Amino acid sequence: MTTVTHTAPKYASNDGVIEAATTALGADLIEATEANGEIALHVKRESLLTAMTTLRDELHYQQLMEIAGVDWPDRDPRFEVVYCLLSVTKNHRIRVHVATNEADPVPSLTGIWPVAGWLEREVYDMYGVLFEGNADLRRILTDYGFVGHPQRKDFPLSGFVELRYSEEHKRVMYDKVQLAQDFRSFDFMSPWEGAEYILPGDEKGTAK
Amino acid sequence: MSAYTIEHSPTTGDEVIQNYTINFGPQHPAAHGVLRLVMELDGEIVERLDPHIGLLHRGTEKLIEYKTYLQALPYFDRLDYSSPLAMEYSYVLAIEKLLNLEVPRRAQLLRVFFAELTRISNHLLNIGCHILDVGAMTPMLWMFELREDCYGFFERASGARMHCAYFRPGGVHQDVPLKLLTDIGDWLDTRMPKLFEDALSLVVDNRIFKQRNVDIGIVSKEDALKWGFSGPMIRAAGIPWDLRRSQPYDAYAEMEFDIPVGTRGDCYDRFMVRVEEVRQSARIMKQCLAKMQDGPIASDDRKVVPPKRGEMKQSMEALIHHFKLYTEGFHVPAGSVYVATESPKGEFGVYLVADGTNKPYRCKIRPTAFSHLQAMDFMSRGHMLADTTAILGAMDIVFGECDR
Repeated sequence: MTTVTHTAPKYASNDGVIEAATTALGADLIEATEANGEIALHVKRESLLTAMTTLRDELHYQQLMEIAGVDWPDRDPRFEVVYCLLSVTKNHRIRVHVATNEADPVPSLTGIWPVAGWLEREVYDMYGVLFEGNADLRRILTDYGFVGHPQRKDFPLSGFVELRYSEEHKRVMYDKVQLAQDFRSFDFMSPWEGAEYILPGDEKGTAK
Repeated sequence: MSAYTIEHSPTTGDEVIQNYTINFGPQHPAAHGVLRLVMELDGEIVERLDPHIGLLHRGTEKLIEYKTYLQALPYFDRLDYSSPLAMEYSYVLAIEKLLNLEVPRRAQLLRVFFAELTRISNHLLNIGCHILDVGAMTPMLWMFELREDCYGFFERASGARMHCAYFRPGGVHQDVPLKLLTDIGDWLDTRMPKLFEDALSLVVDNRIFKQRNVDIGIVSKEDALKWGFSGPMIRAAGIPWDLRRSQPYDAYAEMEFDIPVGTRGDCYDRFMVRVEEVRQSARIMKQCLAKMQDGPIASDDRKVVPPKRGEMKQSMEALIHHFKLYTEGFHVPAGSVYVATESPKGEFGVYLVADGTNKPYRCKIRPTAFSHLQAMDFMSRGHMLADTTAILGAMDIVFGECDR
């Protein structure tokens, strides 16, 4: 354990929290980790609802502050849904991670935390993760009639369509996005530190 | 939740009218930005309310994934543009937590100092606009006088009036002159309290103002917890919860301040909580001034914090560091953290996933407005149409932050 030198928010100690969560969640828990001073519980997708109810009622995490989606294209299943819980009585935070893919829905938490409604809508909008039991799973941040899920890693930064006013049609309309130059992404990998791609102009060197 | 139980709609007599739906916004001055509320009304009583957000969605989180950690910082100013430094705060603390980076004392005090100035300036905007929304104009104009002063101070510290980009990973960008600190100290002692208290004396005990706010949009403690409330919203509901006190960051642990708490959880309580927070913020700022000491304003870890320009011109090593930090940027070790600070509007959190490169792998921003606005439906039910502006005004919502 390294000494803490940063001045980020300090809350109650993590001592014994993993043990308590392991006993309370039982077989629903896949893995509990502690890193950077924060505890993350990886929970089975099917039993998310029972696990969250246990965390709320028995371990006193009263507030669901945030649901974040993360896309890991190399992993299977591909998406991770992260729930950030806060206990105002114990002054402690905990994260719950669930893995899923495009097809398998995650149980909705709207029954135990109504705030989950919009948070789940946002994850659905940005990643296309489905939530079973959310009665109002509409898009929330993107435009009416938007196609695609913009936070996925395979969705380009510039998007596919752009909005403009058409003098011809006298209305705003969508067009295919046109870039004056290709989008450039610099990788900053140093050739001396093990870049594994062929450097431009160096093709012949590796062919030998 | 119904505050008024009405058997016959009082405006129509014996005639029966059907519910009808109206659009409030997206271009409405009381919508505080681009909010579209689809309201189902029975006469003037709100039956159902569906907020449509996302009209200011700019894809901030996606853009951040394509920028280095330092390049991503100014996006945070543009989230809640009425309290920019409070937005930067969560982000720099998240990076520092992943790097385990120490921040010198003067930098900590400066960050607390300017975060509190941001809180004052944000609350002045909200208090003024809330009063304007329910029908009084003068206080808003006086509050904007004070906000203009705040912007002047921000400009003198960072060079920018609104989008300061002043907090940096490891400290702050530049040191402030002593004259600026003494000027702000004078302002806190003289001009600020005078104008602020004068403006408030016009409305706090005003009968019309109370009729528009007391018992409007009542939120119980249980509801506040269930709906993920934070900041003045949860305190007005009666829960003394303030991240500056319970989960202190930087120099907040040594600051003395009181946490105002509401008793009824209505719009008037939310308003008065913000009023008291302005006074408490001024108190914290004065303590910062008393504790302020000379010293470095940023960490001396040259793998994260770039050297000053004068040093860069003299030393070869500093030149290399300067070049590398402003092109490639620094690398953050792989890991993920959720860091939340007390922004003027509530808990503003950043869930940062780093993969060991110079760019964030994922940066999820937890806006305060998202959960508060979601509760608009149950808070407004059974109230009159005109009450929705009071409820919305007392929520303190800025769409740059809500839509990201």
